[in-house]
Amino acid sequence: MNSLPYPVLSTVIFLPVAGAVLLALISRRQEGLIKALALLFTLANFAASLPIFLNFDKTTANMQFVEWREWIPAFHTDYLLGIDGISALFVLLSALVCILCVLISWNAIKNKAKEFYMSILLIEGAMIGVFCSLDFLLFYVFWEAMLIPMYLLIGVWGGPNRLYASIKFFLYTLVGSVLMLVGIVYLYNYAGTFNILKLESLRYPLAMQMWLFWAFFAAFAVKVPMFPVHTWLPDAHTEAPTAGSVILAAVLIKMGAYGFLRFSIPMLPDASRAMALPMMVLSVIAIIYGAVVCLAQTDLKRLIAYSSVSHMGFVTLGIFALNIQGVEGGILQMLNHGVVTGALFLCIGIIYERTHTRQIADYGGVATALPIYAAFFMIFTLASIGLPGTNGFIGEFLIILGGFTANRLAGVFAATGIIIGAGYMLWLYQRVFFLDVNQKVKGLADISGRELLAILPMAALVFWIGVYPNAFLGFLQPSVANLLGRMQPGGATGLTAFTQFIRSVFA
Amino acid sequence: MNNTYLLIPALPLLAFIVNITLGRGFLKDKAYLVSIPALAASWALAMSAVYQVMHGRTFEGDLYTWVAAGGFKVSVGFLIDQLTAVMLVVVTTVGLLVNIYSVGYMHGDKGFYRFFAYLNLFVFSMLMLVMANNFLQLYFGWEAVGLCSYFLIGFWYEKKSASDAGKKAFIVNRFGDFGFGLGIMLIFLTFGSLQYGTVFQAVHGIAGRTVDILGHPVGLPTLIALLLFCGAMGKSAQFPLHVWLPDAMEGPTPVSALIHAATMVTAGVFMVSRCSPIFDLSPTAMAVVAVTGAFTALFAATIALTQNDIKRVIAYSTVSQLGYMFLACGVGAYGAGIFHLYTHGFFKALLFLGAGSVMHGMSGELDIRKMGGLKKFMPVTYWTFLLASISISGIPPFAGFFSKDEILWRAYSSGPLGKVLWAVAAFTAFLTAFYSFRLIFVAFHGKFRGTHEQQHHLHESPKSMTVPLLLLAIGAVAAGWVGIPSSIGDLLGLHMDKIGPFLGPVVGEPQGAGAPGAEMLLMGVSVLLGVLGILVAAYMYVWNPELPGLLARIFSWPYKVSLNKYYVDELYDRTIVRPTLWVANSIIVGITDGKWIEGIVNGVPAAIGRFGQSLRKIQTGVVQHYADMMALGLFVFVAVALVLFIK
Repeated sequence: MNSLPYPVLSTVIFLPVAGAVLLALISRRQEGLIKALALLFTLANFAASLPIFLNFDKTTANMQFVEWREWIPAFHTDYLLGIDGISALFVLLSALVCILCVLISWNAIKNKAKEFYMSILLIEGAMIGVFCSLDFLLFYVFWEAMLIPMYLLIGVWGGPNRLYASIKFFLYTLVGSVLMLVGIVYLYNYAGTFNILKLESLRYPLAMQMWLFWAFFAAFAVKVPMFPVHTWLPDAHTEAPTAGSVILAAVLIKMGAYGFLRFSIPMLPDASRAMALPMMVLSVIAIIYGAVVCLAQTDLKRLIAYSSVSHMGFVTLGIFALNIQGVEGGILQMLNHGVVTGALFLCIGIIYERTHTRQIADYGGVATALPIYAAFFMIFTLASIGLPGTNGFIGEFLIILGGFTANRLAGVFAATGIIIGAGYMLWLYQRVFFLDVNQKVKGLADISGRELLAILPMAALVFWIGVYPNAFLGFLQPSVANLLGRMQPGGATGLTAFTQFIRSVFA
Repeated sequence: MNNTYLLIPALPLLAFIVNITLGRGFLKDKAYLVSIPALAASWALAMSAVYQVMHGRTFEGDLYTWVAAGGFKVSVGFLIDQLTAVMLVVVTTVGLLVNIYSVGYMHGDKGFYRFFAYLNLFVFSMLMLVMANNFLQLYFGWEAVGLCSYFLIGFWYEKKSASDAGKKAFIVNRFGDFGFGLGIMLIFLTFGSLQYGTVFQAVHGIAGRTVDILGHPVGLPTLIALLLFCGAMGKSAQFPLHVWLPDAMEGPTPVSALIHAATMVTAGVFMVSRCSPIFDLSPTAMAVVAVTGAFTALFAATIALTQNDIKRVIAYSTVSQLGYMFLACGVGAYGAGIFHLYTHGFFKALLFLGAGSVMHGMSGELDIRKMGGLKKFMPVTYWTFLLASISISGIPPFAGFFSKDEILWRAYSSGPLGKVLWAVAAFTAFLTAFYSFRLIFVAFHGKFRGTHEQQHHLHESPKSMTVPLLLLAIGAVAAGWVGIPSSIGDLLGLHMDKIGPFLGPVVGEPQGAGAPGAEMLLMGVSVLLGVLGILVAAYMYVWNPELPGLLARIFSWPYKVSLNKYYVDELYDRTIVRPTLWVANSIIVGITDGKWIEGIVNGVPAAIGRFGQSLRKIQTGVVQHYADMMALGLFVFVAVALVLFIK
């Protein structure tokens, strides 16, 4: 099943971890060497992940590059790795984003640089681990392992209000994760295994599915974040250093949606279908609510953070449309959002390093002062509002088409999000880049070569996915078809499932 | 795939890429050297494609699969038929002329290279729009021309009014595209394809099918057609989505000529004509299109009467003329609509470029009250402007006469509703002649009313600007001669009724109803109305110059309403913009996110904290208190145990 002669997934998980260990051994005074090594390890890891992209078999829904070792036999839990079309792209995205994060932090991080780059490398390993795990306990370990370096990134290198934001982030996610752990243990008691593939092959009683669905929902909805558990995101994004915001936006919040795809839908198909409508309703609320609230923001990062709530609403809408277009659009939009919002945070980091302000009112005329920078920001703005030719369009179109197919009203309401999206992004662009040059912007240097390197790959992806999305959709097709194949028609309707669930609560 | 067809849009795209990447550092004020050859080559290839079509060789083919997800599959591909051919002529010809004109007009602007880059991107996008063979690519071109429009309206982005106008254009269009996008999805869900060929072939199968909307059965063709028409209303600035086009005049004038007169704004008419098989199935949708068109034509003309900004008068005139085109589509005379689109492309581009020439000579002045007597300073501009104005006023044998008359005639002969629409359109023709000649008389005749400095600088524009004016003037005069109706042609022994039959294979030909005598009579009426409009304008602005002010005072209320464009902008501001911002600020940030959700998120830990704080108080450190508590605890324990035990 592994088409490569070496354990490629373990390599991409543990190479960054090894890098972090190596950094730990180096004196903190050798800052140049630390940065160079961090860059080297992230680059090496991206190079190591490329064979996955090149050797991936796009014709099968089976797990690929599978690795299996015994881990804790007493718990029947194994070190089991593998990826399919749903996870493959995110391994690559994680590896790419971490390079850009190192590049963008080059001059910005002066304090405790060693620990900073160690955190980035550790988070990279953990994130990739999450996407590769095929054992539920192993997954949970990676899932929680991700939290710690992220907590440090916000809490140590963040803005003035970083302590509040980091604790809020930690507690919010922990509350959700603990409920998921209860669910995992319950599943283990029932099935006697943590093996995700085996767990997926069983059909659980409906009431049990409903319980588990909401337990998982707690973890994944917080992570996405879905309305109404989204309020940690603006604080975390605003206070996090640029690299933290980028990782958060590009990869971390994708894990919630990934969780729905990897666990909720395949393991709990009946509950998923029964709960599809409420999930779509929450998604549509997130799309509109998140977009409208952007109009009230005065802080650059907070605005982009709220726009993430809206865009991730599209993702969950697509996923719970439970048809090919919706789910493929949803997964593609996860990638798109990672690229576009990640790039927007990179861009904000670039200007913040020069002005040290995030207030929109402090800007104006940036297009006059920094024309090349302005051009790139425009590209990502257009991708964010889903202009055809950019990646955002393909994702949003497929999602709205899928949503429209599943429920006409959901599609119609979701489409209004696109109007408001153009409103807040173009208004933001106008206030920051157009009009007269603000004193705080006057005389600033345009984007440097290093900064350009950090955003160029993202700009290339915007057009690559926009013009030839099949290069990416091709990965998804068999896995998504397989996923939806589990949704047997004729199951319980939403109402009967819900009554059964309520009965089981009092049973 | 024939490579020459691919090159038609590819060359402008290439020019865009070269200009946007190399323009700042290398090309600078030489950017036109990339742009003009590319557009000229594209024009030549387009003409050869048109020639092929005229000889019956249409083309349809896919380039590559763009998006494939499950059963959803869309390609990038081209369709070059008669309808596309007419658009190719307008887009590449006006595009090339405007490019040449801009070399002089934009000379010395610091964004010179950027301007040409955007023009190239626009021509590419517009060509993708008209050459598409499926709805999604149409949508791509549709949005991309909107993007170029946004860039070019806000070209001088330091100006707040310019960047506001660009943003407004984009967002208002998004309202229309909201419907357009849903219409496209509904087409896919209905036909399982977005390919024109597949959809239009299967279209008769949906006649009579209905869908339920909030309990009311609505015809499926009606629903699809009206959703598509939403997009057309945005792009072609039809009431109530017309508000962005007058503001779009903030952009450089060549842009107004190319994008906001000749090409992009006519995309709606093109799209409705392209989708004629769908519209034809729904009399309701057709009536909506016709009434919207006629109403907008009248509505915009009444605003144009009182505007003093030379470009805004022409902008409202554009809105009004687009209304005529939709009126034609709505009565089933798509060919007449496209014919008017084609002649309008020439005379309206000429009017805008003439206005630009005036601004060039007047150091950027826009207010016609500060002009006057320009005739002798700018003869070429004056005469070409005059020809365009005669053309738009519908005086034979100028281009506008033939196309407008075709529309009036088709409206009149299309049933009882058509008679009413004809009356509206004919009255609008009178208004059109009036406001067009008001411009001529106020700006070009009489005495110069500007400052001394302006008078000192006053000059005719350079050759690069006047030559395109002269070339367009040829079109403004003669473009209509491809559609001389047989009722006149027969008298003169000419057989020039070509355009209707040419477009026939794509959009069909309306059944000729009524006698040729009636057609001649209507023609006479509309010529009379046009002449009357010119005479009234002359009476008011040449012979009795104090009369307009007097009338404005007597009819002060209607005058103000027209001057303030019926207060539509103010209405949208109060009903849409401000309420949305209020919800964002006061409701979401203030209450739901701020108080409710954050109240729980921060409240639960705070409550736990408070509980801990109060629990701490019993840890007093006084031994007697602990002893008391122990005794109490023991008592309660024993009491409970006893109760349970006895039971």
